[in-house]
Amino acid sequence: MKTTRRQFIKIAGMGTAGVAIAGSVFGSVQKAAEKSLSTSTSDSELTRTPTYCEVCFWKCAAWVYKDKEGNIKKLIGNEEDQHARGKLCPRGTGGLGMYYDENRLKKPLIRRTGADGNQFYEEVEWNEAIGFIAKKMKGIKKDYGKEHMALFVHGAPAKHFEYLFKAFGNENHSEPAYAQCAGPREAGFFATFGSGVGSPEPADMQNSKCIIFIGNHVGENMHNSFVQEVSTAIDNKADIIVVDPRLSTVAAKATHWLPIKPGTDIALLLAWMHVLIYDELYDKEYIDKYAYGFEELKAHVANYTPEWAAGITTIDPELIKKSAYTMAAAAPAAVIHPGRHTTWYGDDTQRERAMAMINALLGAYGRRGGMYMGVKQKLPKYPIEAEFPEPHWSWKDITKQKYKNAAVGLTNVLIEASLPSFPKEHQIKGWFIAGTSFINTIPDRKKMFEAMDNQDLIVVVDTMPMEMTGYADVVLPESTYLERHDYSRGGKNRIAQVAFRMPAVEPMYDSKPAWWIARELGHKLGLHAFYPWKNLEQVLDWQFKQVGSSLEEMKKIGVKTFDSNESIYLLPNEDFEFNTNTGKIELYSTDFAEKGYDPLPKFTRHESPDAGFYHLVYGRAPMHTFGRTQNNPYLSELMDTNNVWINPRTAKLWGIDNGDDIWLQNQDGVVSEFSAKARLTERIRPDSVYMVHGFGHTNKKLSRAVGKGINDIPLITRVKIDPIMGGTGMRNNFVTFLTEKPKKEEAES
Amino acid sequence: MRYAMAMDTRKCVGCSDCVVACQTENNVPLGFCRDWIVEAVKGTYPETVQMHFKSERCMHCENTPCVRTCPTGASHVIEGGIVKVTHNECIGCGACIEACPYDARYVHPEGYIDKCTFCDHRIAQGMNTACVDVCPTSCLIFGDLDDPKSPVSMALKENDWYVLAPEAGTKPQLYFLK
Amino acid sequence: MEEIINVSGKMIPHVSPHLEIWGTVIALYLFFGGLAAGLIFFANFFYLKGKEDSMPMTVKVASMIAPIIIIIGLMLLVYDLHHWMYFWQLFLHVRMESPMSWGAWTLSIIMIPAILWPLHYLEDIIEYLQERNPKCKFTGLLIWANNLIKKLPVLPWVMKIFRNNRRVIAYLTIYLSIILGVYTGILLSAFNARPLWNSAILGPLFLTSGVSTAAALIMWLSNDPAERKMYSKIDLLLIAVELFFIIHLFMGMLSGGVAQVEAAQLFLGGPFTATFWVLIVGMGLVIPAILEILELSGYHIPIGIPAFLILLGGLIFRFVMVYGGQASSFNIL
Repeated sequence: MKTTRRQFIKIAGMGTAGVAIAGSVFGSVQKAAEKSLSTSTSDSELTRTPTYCEVCFWKCAAWVYKDKEGNIKKLIGNEEDQHARGKLCPRGTGGLGMYYDENRLKKPLIRRTGADGNQFYEEVEWNEAIGFIAKKMKGIKKDYGKEHMALFVHGAPAKHFEYLFKAFGNENHSEPAYAQCAGPREAGFFATFGSGVGSPEPADMQNSKCIIFIGNHVGENMHNSFVQEVSTAIDNKADIIVVDPRLSTVAAKATHWLPIKPGTDIALLLAWMHVLIYDELYDKEYIDKYAYGFEELKAHVANYTPEWAAGITTIDPELIKKSAYTMAAAAPAAVIHPGRHTTWYGDDTQRERAMAMINALLGAYGRRGGMYMGVKQKLPKYPIEAEFPEPHWSWKDITKQKYKNAAVGLTNVLIEASLPSFPKEHQIKGWFIAGTSFINTIPDRKKMFEAMDNQDLIVVVDTMPMEMTGYADVVLPESTYLERHDYSRGGKNRIAQVAFRMPAVEPMYDSKPAWWIARELGHKLGLHAFYPWKNLEQVLDWQFKQVGSSLEEMKKIGVKTFDSNESIYLLPNEDFEFNTNTGKIELYSTDFAEKGYDPLPKFTRHESPDAGFYHLVYGRAPMHTFGRTQNNPYLSELMDTNNVWINPRTAKLWGIDNGDDIWLQNQDGVVSEFSAKARLTERIRPDSVYMVHGFGHTNKKLSRAVGKGINDIPLITRVKIDPIMGGTGMRNNFVTFLTEKPKKEEAES
Repeated sequence: MRYAMAMDTRKCVGCSDCVVACQTENNVPLGFCRDWIVEAVKGTYPETVQMHFKSERCMHCENTPCVRTCPTGASHVIEGGIVKVTHNECIGCGACIEACPYDARYVHPEGYIDKCTFCDHRIAQGMNTACVDVCPTSCLIFGDLDDPKSPVSMALKENDWYVLAPEAGTKPQLYFLK
Repeated sequence: MEEIINVSGKMIPHVSPHLEIWGTVIALYLFFGGLAAGLIFFANFFYLKGKEDSMPMTVKVASMIAPIIIIIGLMLLVYDLHHWMYFWQLFLHVRMESPMSWGAWTLSIIMIPAILWPLHYLEDIIEYLQERNPKCKFTGLLIWANNLIKKLPVLPWVMKIFRNNRRVIAYLTIYLSIILGVYTGILLSAFNARPLWNSAILGPLFLTSGVSTAAALIMWLSNDPAERKMYSKIDLLLIAVELFFIIHLFMGMLSGGVAQVEAAQLFLGGPFTATFWVLIVGMGLVIPAILEILELSGYHIPIGIPAFLILLGGLIFRFVMVYGGQASSFNIL
């Protein structure tokens, strides 16, 4: 993909500094891991330090075990931690692969133009790289204004760079995790209960008697305590109801699997509401006490019978009824899990609203086995003398008129604001990206590349040479979580816990922690007043001391539990005020009504594929995190490519056999760059295909991942934006098969 | 003392955590594995399709074909029925690999034959095997079959189970609950 | 539709998904073992029958080949070991339930008569070669060896014991050679994990094949028409027995369990079908048999053709059995 100003530079053939570890792929990792003994070592010969994992965003607290030579031997979950409970998922267990990956970014890089007009990356020292960024940022501040930059982040680096940007006077930050992922559930549940969902989701599954999953493929979407709680529920003989067009892993364990036609979930949810209300299965006492808008809802779903839904969803009406009865029988210990990646068709907030409303009808919110109300322990912010400058405008000014319920910055809006055609007063001229790779994340790439071209500065902070790094002006190599301090993890959960991260080993190559990068850049931007501390360890020690602990204690225990006075369930004789306009659970959303959105969810038909095209359904695999782990030597061992799931009946029509190499072409003519093997399986509908997201890497420096599998993101060109919070619905794209290698021009769309 | 493992196919999600944990615990070189996950699908969409996962490894058989065929005695059985290989007695002839119906053994890059050892170095210290401890669904159960109260004995008593290739006559000690 | 697939990428080199731990070296070794066993058997058998002078090729000259190919076979084996530096461990242990173990010991023990026998006849061999092929350079090497041996201190004494106990040693050696021939088959049949191999008929089949290849080789090397004719007849008999064993093998597999039936399918429509029936049975057994019958009926067939076909067929047979056996399994994945 060539752009005029910004050529994609493959980070290849670096200078001497880049070739720190020679030798084969297996050789380097194996050598390092086997430096100690070739037979198993007992734990008594190992030392351990605490951390919390950063391979995905569940953030499980873990112990890093090292042998006598200081090599990381293994990672084991912290026993006390609510997220880990003594175990780590396969990505957490394989996290040491991130540290030992010889393809890691090694030195800061600056884009230069050679005498021949070709662009290349030059390895520079940190001083020069940070100086370059500071100069460019000051330039943008002078030419346009400090508000004309955007910060795109994900994970632990977020806090450090958001702080830096706030000190700089800029609040245009966003995470793909909101508008490309979990945003709809936050908006939907917030409108209903006055409280968002957060991570981990407060579904009380280990105490549930019935769990309902809407397209939520837990087990393939492998989040540690999430899976552990579902396993406990199975032990407790809980009923599991799964709504999924595919026989997902959890669908194979379900009491009722509803093989739904893609895009019709709201019809099913409305039918469930109908059955719960009209067959009088809902929790009357609970609704009377806590809910507002029941009569409106009752009238709204009057005609949404199971028979009506059956015609739309292709699910047997008896099954719809039976599953409603199953969940009602288990209530209040029944819960529809809010899901995580919920940006599907553009009406996702309404779908999440429907899910939240059913949780209310079951009387699940605030009840044991339903949804608990999480508690957390806040750590105070380190005191600074300076005051944050007021930005003249922020993301809110370009977002909230249209997407009234967007709670945080939207990546797609900021990208759109980066286009040269966007009004100059709010146009973004510089990008700072840390911990996310747009090439594997952002749909509608044409717009994104055009926006990139318009930037005066693109900085990418990453640990690996992900595709995004090829478009940057400056690439900064960040240390992995095993080599750095970060702010502690302390989100909401059943009990309030704080998890500590400290480096287990010295940073490899010339990588640096995000806090150091932010601090150095802050100093170069003249923001000394905001960085009165020397290092993050100092800050953490101060923070822990404020809550009755200390750095020394946290080093020994890793996770500290705090008492909370709040109850996680609704107390029976208590009047609870919900954080909504009416102070009650809003079955009828007054907030949406005010803002001109549908106060009750409506079913809208979404497009169906043309003849010869199939729904593109994508998902996760438990051994990978999105597109970030494909090069990890341990994880790429387990799964190094994706394949395209096709129903045998469909494959027969095309003459495709199991294991054939095929390319995919979408409804707008975009063709996948690489091929993938067809997997003929009965687990997928004849009108759909399925593949795991995150493969199809193009950067040659990712030696284990490059060229393997199909990347679904370029095939997602049709994006439906959710009008309520601006999320990018990605599941209304369709693909057809190409059984022969496409010509080059087609592939380069 | 007769160690055995049970694996609950109803709970396994095929995450392969057992594979990676074993690799880091036992220094298994990359490119090899001592345990692995198999997916089995049958039926047709949507009425009858079913699927489950199995986590497999060396079965530490009671009637070991591999130990029987080893010309040097490097493959041997230790207390508890665990099958192990003494590295410096192994000549790497590969007979045990041919003899194993479960393809549980592999040639270690250093030349000797290697395989799952039921983490005997951990059992010696009263811990479970690495795979059992890491499994997020707790679908792997380990224990002493001679003890009726051990987790594995209870699991076999309370659930239906099967073993792989019983017709091979090896009496494998890895049981699959169904 | 049923699927059984590996989820966690179990790609162990040479084990999964295709078992290929044993390859060319093992096939060659089995071939050499069978051939050597046959050569030693014929040498000792016809000696005991008093044909020492009337069948010099059998009793004296061809016996020289046996120790040479046994040593080559052993060297190949040790080279093929993955942990070859520890190969001496084989000789620190005797494990009766392991066919590999008593095979290794048998091979070592049979080396003694296998070497001593041609040594005893070294001068006769030299004379035979000089008579038949005066220009052969190999004879010079044997003469040099003979002179060297005469100078060694211990050897004449050993040879004396050998000479004095020839008949007893011959009987023992026949027994050992049969064990050697049958061991190459029993080695494979002991692996109950490989349904193709796990048949009791494999031992006798390999023995017959080995003896047949030895007969073919001796027939080819000999220049005595009477000797050749006898071996023609022996070979015909052995080919008939082999065909009978092969049919028996398939009948056994087809009436066995699912795994055995699937193993048989490898040769009845599967990947090895053509190689087996065309090359091994057709080219290696049936065509030589027809040629031999023609020869015995009076037509003159160059002796090299059936002999070469039998040898080649025997070699390909070992290859197919080694690779085919590893392709057969209980299909657990």
